[in-house]
Amino acid sequence: MALDKNGIAQRIAQELKDGYYVNLGIGIPTLVANYIPDGMEVTLQSENGLLGIGPFPEKGKADPDLINAGKQTVTATSGASFFDSALSFAMIRGGHIDLTVLGAFEVSEKGDIASWKIPGKLVKGMGGAMDLVASAKNIIVATTHTNRKGESKLLRKCTLPLTGVACVKRIVTDLAVLDIVEEGFKLIERAPGVTVEEIKNATEGFLFIDGDIPEMNI
Amino acid sequence: MNKIVKNAEEAIIGVSNGMTLMLGGFGLCGIPENSLKALAESGIKDLVCISNNAGIDDFGLGVLLRDRQLKKMIASYVGENKEFERQFLSGELEVELNPQGTLAERIRAGGAGIPAFFVPAGYGTEVAQGKEVREFNGKMHLLETALTADFAFVKAKYGDYSGNLIYNNTANNFNNMMASAGKITIAEVEELVPTGELDPNQIHTPGIFVQRIFKGTGYEKRIEFETVR
Repeated sequence: MALDKNGIAQRIAQELKDGYYVNLGIGIPTLVANYIPDGMEVTLQSENGLLGIGPFPEKGKADPDLINAGKQTVTATSGASFFDSALSFAMIRGGHIDLTVLGAFEVSEKGDIASWKIPGKLVKGMGGAMDLVASAKNIIVATTHTNRKGESKLLRKCTLPLTGVACVKRIVTDLAVLDIVEEGFKLIERAPGVTVEEIKNATEGFLFIDGDIPEMNI
Repeated sequence: MNKIVKNAEEAIIGVSNGMTLMLGGFGLCGIPENSLKALAESGIKDLVCISNNAGIDDFGLGVLLRDRQLKKMIASYVGENKEFERQFLSGELEVELNPQGTLAERIRAGGAGIPAFFVPAGYGTEVAQGKEVREFNGKMHLLETALTADFAFVKAKYGDYSGNLIYNNTANNFNNMMASAGKITIAEVEELVPTGELDPNQIHTPGIFVQRIFKGTGYEKRIEFETVR
């Protein structure tokens, strides 16, 4: 069965390592914070200027001066720091962030990502996404395998305006874990109960299958 | 030299039609509420505004937008403003969207006297159009230019008579860089104290960058997305 959003987040959390500094994008990526293994020290960065994002505040305790990059009220962990947005992007551009997790409208088999603009429709802006994908050491895309119309989001070539080129390393969807390799999307794991055939049908770009594909361990 | 002005109305003296302004804040966090209100009431128009976001429809920069005071916006994310989207799509408002880190660095560079610099963000995207591309360390970069403003408006938690500023939590965001990039920088603060009362070790923005300062009143500090446990 295809994973739900929490399942995707749970699988991505398995990529975390002790001591990691991580930037989580808006949407599914934010949920990864709920699955950080006990005893593992992972510091979450927010590009507006916070290192050490804590849980959402208790009811009635929200501080308007303390928000994340999604403009949601948050708390700061013990040991957190605040800084301006230029220094925040020095952390990102300078390669100090170990892992970036973000959502996408489309990903290409070359690792291009489109995540910020639908021409003629949606004007939101790229925010920090272009900076993050251009500079992070490791980028994981968290997304559903297909869009609401059932069309594949894993394409030969992106059709929407790009956020970055040849930058995505790994994709975790509701159906599979895939790596970007020279051949295209390399199938690494299947969601529990999902067949290779189903993944093939949902992938428009080239799907590279090497040997038996294990199920995710979640 | 006295940097203290009475209020926002006095602070914005000299701002005129067609000027370029910087406005601190991220979303509605750390925005110069008093100055924004005074600018809205002034009716000054054809403004070029540099701000990470465009406020919401009835608050912050959104009010200036609603009243057609803006000619151009330079921003990175404008998602929560319907009027912005309408004016942008209809072509009434000129918009330049920048990657957020590039925007922050362009402002920092403007204040630091660095006319241009290379960054990887936006390479291969529409942001790269018309920009010089150069390879460094095997990676492609875009030449980005610095930003400065006729007036920069910032908001801090504490300020002293000399213009030294201390921000609160994530309300620093774009304020610190913008303070350095304004020909005239106007700081509004929640608490204004005599020079010497702030700990020099804790100052975020040194007073050299601030030309006018006043104690703001009636802060609403609206929350865009109140999220609780």
